Amino acid sequence: MSAPLKTHPAESLPRPAGMAGLAADWASDQQTFKKVSWGKAMMWIFLLSDTFVFGCFLLAYMVARMSTTVPWPNPSEVFALEIAGTHMPLILIAIMTFVLISSSGTMAMAVNYGYRRDRKMTAVLMLVTALFGATFVGMQAFEWSKLIAEGVRPWGNPWGAAQFGSSFFMITGFHGTHVTFGVIFLLIIARKVWRGDFETERRGFFTSRKGRYEIVEITGLYWHFVDLVWVFIFAFFYLW
Amino acid sequence: MAHTETHAEQQQHPIKLYLLVWGLLFVLSFFSYLIDYFGLQGFLRWSLILIFMMLKAGLIVAVFMHMAWERLALTYAILLPPLLVLVFVALMVSESNYVLLTRLAFFGSSP
Repeated sequence: MSAPLKTHPAESLPRPAGMAGLAADWASDQQTFKKVSWGKAMMWIFLLSDTFVFGCFLLAYMVARMSTTVPWPNPSEVFALEIAGTHMPLILIAIMTFVLISSSGTMAMAVNYGYRRDRKMTAVLMLVTALFGATFVGMQAFEWSKLIAEGVRPWGNPWGAAQFGSSFFMITGFHGTHVTFGVIFLLIIARKVWRGDFETERRGFFTSRKGRYEIVEITGLYWHFVDLVWVFIFAFFYLW
Repeated sequence: MAHTETHAEQQQHPIKLYLLVWGLLFVLSFFSYLIDYFGLQGFLRWSLILIFMMLKAGLIVAVFMHMAWERLALTYAILLPPLLVLVFVALMVSESNYVLLTRLAFFGSSP
């Protein structure tokens, strides 16, 4: 097979930095995102579109909450738990937040070890990340069943504004789906790393292309984004 | 490897930095939880929620997602468009107030 066609020549001159660099990168018929592979740029653009999806969900929730004449249920009480006889407001959500942040930490380390070509540590850290993610989804399933048992439905609940249920199920459900897909994504890439696909240049089962360790960073981008969305959901839905 | 030269300079930073950010995120999350635990209300509650939220989001995007080391062309392409959502927020705040006013005027205070 012949060598892949180069669509952009190797850069010989140093690129300008700062605002001059911004103008220069966008200015002519060339690759706009320098030093970023197409895979990473496309993941960023996908995440940008996902930002709008979650932005719209949170906006819809804001409109529902602002325009209802019925009092909004107090999330601090709704998500409280009795642990060992003590009443803990919002405790489950706090634990879920810490679990997801920890998973982000292990993911960042996995990316780092990936670029050091440390196969074993990368795979192990990715598996730990996936485990944290699965724990998060499990706790969310517990939270959902608890609320459903207490009578929360998309069309009503015992404590106040009917829109609480629909906002809750829509926002956390969509986020949980993202976490679930993230876990699957992590497991697939961790298996590739573990097997040494990026050293042996084994071709992928779906794309028939050779992979690189950069895919660990791209997976990481997705995973950190899931954590990022949770930061906003935690602030606006649970704390506000 | 043919394509490494055309792609990707690698993001390689000390582990210590990640551990520091990890710790900061834990502390900030703990503070956010304390807001609710102590039941702060009103302007103080909202401003603290927003400050901790923005700090956490900033740390994740800048360090964990390596945005701090990317070129401005990518940073602006990704970070500026979400800011436009704020215009949408302003529109919907005004719309929500109008809907609430209409509901109160025509349906009384009960649904």
